[in-house]
Amino acid sequence: MSWARRHLLSIEELSPEEIVTVLDTAASFKEVATRTIKKVPALRGKTVASLFMEPSTRTRVSFELAAKRLSADTLSITAQASSLTKGESLKDTAKNIEALNADFVVLRHSAAGAARFLAERLEAGIVNAGDGAHEHPTQALLDTFTIREKLGRIEGLDVLILGDILFSRVARSNIWALTKLGARVTLCGPATLAPLEFAKLGVRVTHDVEAALRQADVVNLLRIQHERQRKTYFPSTGEYNAIFGLTAERFRLTKPEVLIMHPGPINRGVEIASEVADGPRSVILEQVSNGLAVRMAVLFLLNGARGADRAPGASSP
Amino acid sequence: MTTVLNAAAIERVLARMAHEILERNEDVFRLVLIGMQTRGVFLARRLAGRLSQAARQTIPTGALDISMHRDDLDLRGAAPKVKATDIPFPVDEKTVVLVDDVLFTGRSVRAAMDALMDLGRPRRIQLAVLVDRGHWELPIRADYIGKTAPTDLDELIKVKMTEEDGVDEVSIVKNSA
Repeated sequence: MSWARRHLLSIEELSPEEIVTVLDTAASFKEVATRTIKKVPALRGKTVASLFMEPSTRTRVSFELAAKRLSADTLSITAQASSLTKGESLKDTAKNIEALNADFVVLRHSAAGAARFLAERLEAGIVNAGDGAHEHPTQALLDTFTIREKLGRIEGLDVLILGDILFSRVARSNIWALTKLGARVTLCGPATLAPLEFAKLGVRVTHDVEAALRQADVVNLLRIQHERQRKTYFPSTGEYNAIFGLTAERFRLTKPEVLIMHPGPINRGVEIASEVADGPRSVILEQVSNGLAVRMAVLFLLNGARGADRAPGASSP
Repeated sequence: MTTVLNAAAIERVLARMAHEILERNEDVFRLVLIGMQTRGVFLARRLAGRLSQAARQTIPTGALDISMHRDDLDLRGAAPKVKATDIPFPVDEKTVVLVDDVLFTGRSVRAAMDALMDLGRPRRIQLAVLVDRGHWELPIRADYIGKTAPTDLDELIKVKMTEEDGVDEVSIVKNSA
């Protein structure tokens, strides 16, 4: 199918076919990284602005490298969200971006809906690189890509998302992507961080970590987001590790072909033991490589859909 | 609709092109065929089959997708479907015969050469096309031509190949759009 979206704001709004289009396109872009010259001219002359109003290293670097490998010019603006009030910062931000004439804005922001807010106000294509606890679409796409590449399919797989679900945009985007493609998703974590109300998204919520681990084809671990929570959600990281951490002992419960995933950064000894994170079933670093291919694919597809506006005499869809 | 080549004619034409390729390339050990997605890939495989038989050695074949190198990405309504680039051998110092179904403006071949140069440094690049329909917009000509078919700009060359379309046939149709 052909891709018609000018922005990537959420996985929730994508059809299963659109998700598969991104994954298929990303597979082609992954090959580019094996070439002598790891760069293609698809976005030559375009400008991609990354605007990170929350701390991020891997997502920002991944988007910047993706844009560079597509031959776009890149600029990066980082700001401490704490120094700006949310509504005002976004309006100001919008004005600045318009002045810079960027073709794409990759936005990370602490407020849910921030990417849509910009998409409604700017001519540029907006890519949501994480908006509060709402969504992180490219992370879900790269996770899905990694699972499909490693296991050959998504449909029918049991995927366990373990950890801090409540504050996790990665969990929300993954739930949408995986359920749309026919996986069975189970959420597990402390009751305070994996509340039963998530069941209405069409997933199973359990607090029995060992039963969930035995059943899973994929275990996607989520970082405990210290920065988003007060101390009341669980007593200590030590206790979290003792009850929900993927320790070497608990890892033995998993299927032999299980995939261990983590969006990073990992807290060794909290949600995952080092020997599991560095072990043979871990695909954590492959997720990073795949993220680059997925982000190239997203920028390429959005750019193609925007071609209609620039074409002489073309009417925009 | 006018048929330009039927199945038997396509086979005859490919046999001749294979001989021309061998005639031009005495250093057959350097020879590799790279088909441009999609139908060029099938043509490259068929030519390589004939070449391998005639030269008594396997001629490597690869597939090249040019979507990322196109010059009309800003002029289309949507991004082109990106297919696989699969060239499982180094192209350095090789004689690369690029294979496509139709030579029209030459813009796809320009994109293919740019893509190819990103993979390494071939010694030479040659171009083989099943049909040359004219209307070149760049200084690019084919080295091996199956059939020259002058066309009007409102006509389309339709290439069907068994691998994709269930039948081998080249025809000219009026572009109704």
